[in-house]
Amino acid sequence: MTNEVIMAGFGGQGVLLMGQLLAYAGMVEGKNVSWLPSYGPEMRGGTANCSVIVSDEPVGSPVVTEADAVIVMNKPSLDKFESALKPGGTLFINSSLIDRKPSRKDIDVHYIPVNEIAAEVGNARVANIVMLGAYVASSGIVSKKSVIDAVEYVLGKSKAHLIPINEKAFDEGAKRVK
Amino acid sequence: MEKVLMKGNEAIAEAAVQAGCRFFFGYPITPQNQIPEYMSRRMPEVGGTFLQAESEVSAINMVYGAAGAGARVMTSSSSPGISLKQEGISYIACAELPCVIVNMMRSGPGLGGILASQGDYFQSVKGGGHGDYRLIVYAPSSVQEAADCVMEAFEASDYYRVPALILGDGMIGQMMEPVEFKQPKKREQKEKTWAATGWDGSRERAVINSLYIEAEEMNAVIGRLQRVYREIEKNETQFEEFMMDDAEIGIVAYGTTARIVRNAVLKARNDFGIKAGLIRPITVWPFPYAPIADAAKRVTAFLAVEMSTGQMVEDVRLGVNGACPVSFLGTTGGIAQTPLQIIKKLKEIKEGK
Amino acid sequence: MAVVFKKTPLICDVPFHYCPGCTHGIAHRLVAECIEEMGLQDKAISVVPVGCAVFAYKYFNVDSFQASHGRAPAVATGAKRVHPDKLVFTYQGDGDLASIGTAEIVHAAARGEKITTIFINNAIYGMTGGQMAPTTLVGQKTTTSPFGRDEVHCGYPVRISEMLSTLDGAAYIERVSLHDVPNINKAKKAIRKAFETQIAGKGFSLVEILSTCPTNWGLSPVEAIKWLKDNMIPYYPLGVFKEAK
Repeated sequence: MTNEVIMAGFGGQGVLLMGQLLAYAGMVEGKNVSWLPSYGPEMRGGTANCSVIVSDEPVGSPVVTEADAVIVMNKPSLDKFESALKPGGTLFINSSLIDRKPSRKDIDVHYIPVNEIAAEVGNARVANIVMLGAYVASSGIVSKKSVIDAVEYVLGKSKAHLIPINEKAFDEGAKRVK
Repeated sequence: MEKVLMKGNEAIAEAAVQAGCRFFFGYPITPQNQIPEYMSRRMPEVGGTFLQAESEVSAINMVYGAAGAGARVMTSSSSPGISLKQEGISYIACAELPCVIVNMMRSGPGLGGILASQGDYFQSVKGGGHGDYRLIVYAPSSVQEAADCVMEAFEASDYYRVPALILGDGMIGQMMEPVEFKQPKKREQKEKTWAATGWDGSRERAVINSLYIEAEEMNAVIGRLQRVYREIEKNETQFEEFMMDDAEIGIVAYGTTARIVRNAVLKARNDFGIKAGLIRPITVWPFPYAPIADAAKRVTAFLAVEMSTGQMVEDVRLGVNGACPVSFLGTTGGIAQTPLQIIKKLKEIKEGK
Repeated sequence: MAVVFKKTPLICDVPFHYCPGCTHGIAHRLVAECIEEMGLQDKAISVVPVGCAVFAYKYFNVDSFQASHGRAPAVATGAKRVHPDKLVFTYQGDGDLASIGTAEIVHAAARGEKITTIFINNAIYGMTGGQMAPTTLVGQKTTTSPFGRDEVHCGYPVRISEMLSTLDGAAYIERVSLHDVPNINKAKKAIRKAFETQIAGKGFSLVEILSTCPTNWGLSPVEAIKWLKDNMIPYYPLGVFKEAK
């Protein structure tokens, strides 16, 4: 099984980190993974995006042109990446910031107000983890445990106290796609 | 050893450290900044030296000084910065100093763009600086292979006293993949008795030099270099074949482009009934002419795919040597091929267009 | 028979290629004598330039580098960082150091790189046949300033010692001249001081040596010495510009 996903949003929404967590979780499970970011001037407050591939086969091209899933955290990202989704693919929309519907009819769509959910959980900065929870629960590509392991690894010992809130954010996201 | 998830640039830096590189001289330029940044943190941990030079020109001359003093040393840059280093690289090649240079290619000419490109192929394998010299050039296509190539490059460069170049692109540098650091097969390295370390009279006086005013002297040096280059061609050529056994069209691609081609080969076979195969040079100098020449007897056509307007294709033509037609598909920097574009080209070739 | 003079073994026993009356030979010997007297032969590493001193690796009887044009301070930096316990020095002319190599010398000094630079200033490009140098005096005729250096057209000569002495990393900077015996003796003392500064790890050191180029100045050796004294010293005053404690 191969899962190719594009994640996009404003710089600062944790889009690149969300992709790294997914790649790390896949690696922990012994899968082949790649994470490819956009880089350059757009890093400074513009849009950021990354392509993540998690696969049982060796990863060929790290460039995702026909995505199994697209996650958009802001409106410009929806405009840009809706077309990159393959027919039958799944679109994850941050409905806290995106007020329009996609124009395509050949795809599945999940609307998740991740900013509001993150605020309810108690930390606006975990909005990306809410979204990751939704995506992982929906795709089943990696386990929740692997993602939380990845969060632990990334946060390090000094921020270990933040793990419970990340876990809660993950669970809240996962609930929305069930 | 455990796998770690790392950016290509960081994996290259760590591989250098694990290969025993203890000196790094660099200058900031996108998209390779993670290499000097990583080295600035890591070198002090292993008792090494990281120094940010005032320019790429200075950095490569610091490499000349450190290599001539007997150290394992590396520098990294991206296309415009590598252009600035060419004079120093030519001196290093003539003075027969080992070192590793990393070029994370971006698009050009000129200041160009910062996105991935393969436009420095000619510069890397056909000279670059002035004079009659070669570099051993590795063109990794994954983060793991980038780390492997760096370790191999230090060993090979020391062994032959020929500078080695890691020819990556912005994509290899920026992407993250799992990587495991594996020591390469150690070669029987001679002691660096030629290095300038301070002379106590117990050996010949060391002179690190590239000036040979007498034609006979210059001829002798170039002759020696050429004999070493022939040895390298014989021993160090590396490539990988993918589904070439029954291929009707052979594709040649290196670096990240080869990964896209690999996807295209699978798709062409599964969805379009086109038996394509891939020959992927891992070293682009020495270039794997032999497997291409060999396959040219069996396939109906060859296709070279590059993130440039057509550079490596010239070497593919040399390998094919007229045995079958050679087509080219290229993009300019920052625009990756898609498997479908490649398949479209394969269809055209098959239909004799 | 009593030995009244012995050539230092730190200079190789080969003929110099320098022109008659050129003061490079004196400068070479002073450097070599200092290394010998300090007992540093097995610790010395020379880095020689492009220009008249391009063959100096054949003359200094120590491990040596021939560097590309202007880059000797960068090469010396690389070697010194590998061997911090060695005496690493560059020997550079005014074209090499003050024109094409300004970035390298400025930053080596700014970093307080523990190397020593012997800077030969003869106000002209010698090896290439007498073109205008960054240190060519206003009004001085060269093959590329045939009507005399015109400051309106091509600016003013660069005072390297004064410029570098403004940098915190520079620990010892002195300008000396080779136009007579007392000054030659002073030059030797300055070179020794610069080497001592390096060995003590105080920072960057440079000795600027005003030298003659009779061939390209179109003067006899004796006239050249007088020209140096009358024209160069007023613009390039002698003395210590920087001495770290």
